[in-house]
Amino acid sequence: MKKTIIVFSGDMDKVMAAFIIANGAAAMGDEVSMFFTFWGLNALRKAKKVKVRKNFIEKLFGWMMPRGAEKLPLSKMNFAGMGKQMMKMIMKKKNVNSLPELIEMARDMGVKILACSMSMDVMGIKKEELIDGVEIAGVATYLGEADEANVNLFI
Amino acid sequence: MKELYINARGMQCPGPIMQLHKTLKDAEPDTEVVIEVTDSGFKKDVQAWCKKTKNELVSLNEEDGVIIAKIKKKS
Repeated sequence: MKKTIIVFSGDMDKVMAAFIIANGAAAMGDEVSMFFTFWGLNALRKAKKVKVRKNFIEKLFGWMMPRGAEKLPLSKMNFAGMGKQMMKMIMKKKNVNSLPELIEMARDMGVKILACSMSMDVMGIKKEELIDGVEIAGVATYLGEADEANVNLFI
Repeated sequence: MKELYINARGMQCPGPIMQLHKTLKDAEPDTEVVIEVTDSGFKKDVQAWCKKTKNELVSLNEEDGVIIAKIKKKS
């Protein structure tokens, strides 16, 4: 049965947990929909800067927020990025999939990735800046998906 | 009858169940697969996976930290 996950957090560890659950559920044969909102959207940004028209505030937002999965901070012990680097090193050594790998796996498995249009508007994130295969939607889409699901997580 | 083998040693969660899913997805019914895993959570996970996906767990052993499961495709 379907699972839905709301990804609100833009912290690397939390987004990783979301994708591990999503991939696991897909491997159990379940349909999965992930709904990215607010800080979670940063996980879906392309690593490369994309040329789009933005006003001053939007540019500022875009510049201050992490651009893509690789850049997300840790929720604890980030220590201005040093903690995150150390965590990434340990994870690599222990053969844990990185966040970009987990995202790629999820797309391979057919996990539906939805981006909240309202948050995109607030944060000035344009569709072109998001990785391919992301669908733009609103709360009704999420609720519609949740109605068909038996597990719903807010991360 | 065909028997498949997956070496998932060193792979972390959710790698092993994803390998199982991928391997058995397109396999013929009654295909058997042997998977070797070092992730200690797999012992419980493989039981949950089989129950949920309605496949048969034929055997489950552990030798020197390696969990060896044999699964028969049913669904």
